[in-house]
Amino acid sequence: MHELGRYLFDSFLGTLTDVLPIVLVILCFQLLVIRRRIPNLRRTVLGFVYVIIGLSLFLVGLEEALFPLGEAMAKQLTDPAFIYAGIEAIGGAVRWQDYYWIYMFAAAIGFATTVAEPSLIAVAIKANEVSGGVIRPWGLRAAVALGVAFGIALGTYRIVTGTPLQYYIIAGYVLVLVQTIFAPRMIIALAYDSGGVTTSTVTVPLVTALGLGLASTIPGRSVLVDGFGLIAFASLFPMITVMGYAQLSEWQARRGHKSENP
Amino acid sequence: MKTSSGLLRAFMESTRDLLPIVIVVAFFQIAVLQQPFPELLDLLTGLFLVILGLTLFVQGLEMGLFPIGESMAYAFARKGSVSWLLAFAFLLGFGTTVAEPALIAVTKKAAQVAAEGGFIHHSEVAREGYADGLRYTVAFSVGLAIVIGVLRILRGWPLHYLIIGGYCGVVIMTLFAPPEIVGIAYDSGGVTTSTITVPLVTALGVGLASSIKGRNPMVDGFGLIAFASLMPMIFVMIYGAVI
Repeated sequence: MHELGRYLFDSFLGTLTDVLPIVLVILCFQLLVIRRRIPNLRRTVLGFVYVIIGLSLFLVGLEEALFPLGEAMAKQLTDPAFIYAGIEAIGGAVRWQDYYWIYMFAAAIGFATTVAEPSLIAVAIKANEVSGGVIRPWGLRAAVALGVAFGIALGTYRIVTGTPLQYYIIAGYVLVLVQTIFAPRMIIALAYDSGGVTTSTVTVPLVTALGLGLASTIPGRSVLVDGFGLIAFASLFPMITVMGYAQLSEWQARRGHKSENP
Repeated sequence: MKTSSGLLRAFMESTRDLLPIVIVVAFFQIAVLQQPFPELLDLLTGLFLVILGLTLFVQGLEMGLFPIGESMAYAFARKGSVSWLLAFAFLLGFGTTVAEPALIAVTKKAAQVAAEGGFIHHSEVAREGYADGLRYTVAFSVGLAIVIGVLRILRGWPLHYLIIGGYCGVVIMTLFAPPEIVGIAYDSGGVTTSTITVPLVTALGVGLASSIKGRNPMVDGFGLIAFASLMPMIFVMIYGAVI
């Protein structure tokens, strides 16, 4: 319990140093340039206090409970002893099919951590508000989470097979470009943004542990070269799924419209 | 009590948000790895803290971060001073990134890679210098990204041309940067946007787009985060190629 208290204090200090530059910038401009009172000052300050305390608790909880367990699981799942249990290792060669539990874990943990990602929740709330309720927060978050799930599963496949990261990323970009031409204009900015917000507090540590664990247990992979890059997958694919989600709902709406007025 | 019932509902929503993680972890631990949970009590305590923290964060978001971002956007738009707005945008991007713990961790790893690849000397000082240089480079690039993003909203440039141009920059730099730095560069795009920056920057963009005539908050208001995750990739690779 004593240790938990220390963790809480450290995390609180960490969040505070994270917020401090922002508060300073805001205060400077508010006092020197805008020179107006902040509307609802007390409520705003209270909001900042909530954010700092909330984020500290959130991080401590993650570090206490989820990260050690998730990292231990990533390590165990990537352990050759687990993967080759019951399978005879064929001449020491890596067969990508044997890693199916890892792909499943990658997809599942990618989906689950994205749903809990606080910055994505923030963007989803804003998008719902701005679109007048057309974009439902859960629809957006599910689309993003599916993208992350697929991206991370593909990223682990890449580490297992050892194919170069660049090819995947460039192919992904080409797909994003093509979709940009055809997707409804309203969704494009939001789709681009959702790539950046998926990878933060919850997703990054777990996914990094998975990537480093995989790269260190598979023969012939370098931790430093192959261990990274999963985050890039996790920020690329949500753009594709969010635009896809918008395209799909537009297509459905058009089809429904057509069948009503033949 | 209206607030307490609202808080309770928010708490339930946070619980629902965390449920997928609990299910995934429990499934893999019990069904796949077939192991008991170590220290179940600690686990449950941690989970409770996560849910409580998320609840408070979302409350604070709507009370503090969103309103301040929007009210500042309105104030700048009313004042009509573009240079102050751009200065604010730069400092917001730079200031929130330079102290970001995730970024500090990534730059340390990058310095290690560079030392092993023989780009810099294998000494503490050289590594630290490399890491610090990289950190300021990334923070500068995020500041620049927000400035470009804000300019785009003011002028109404279409986002996709800028983003496509940026991607071309990423692809071109990938060819020139040392291969060891590419993975880290790609990842650095994701780590720069912290949990506090995102709501603030989003509120700023949406606020600006809704207070300027002829801009649609949905089409023009978003997109700042996209710049903030694209620009660091290019700059980290430039840094890797130059040094």
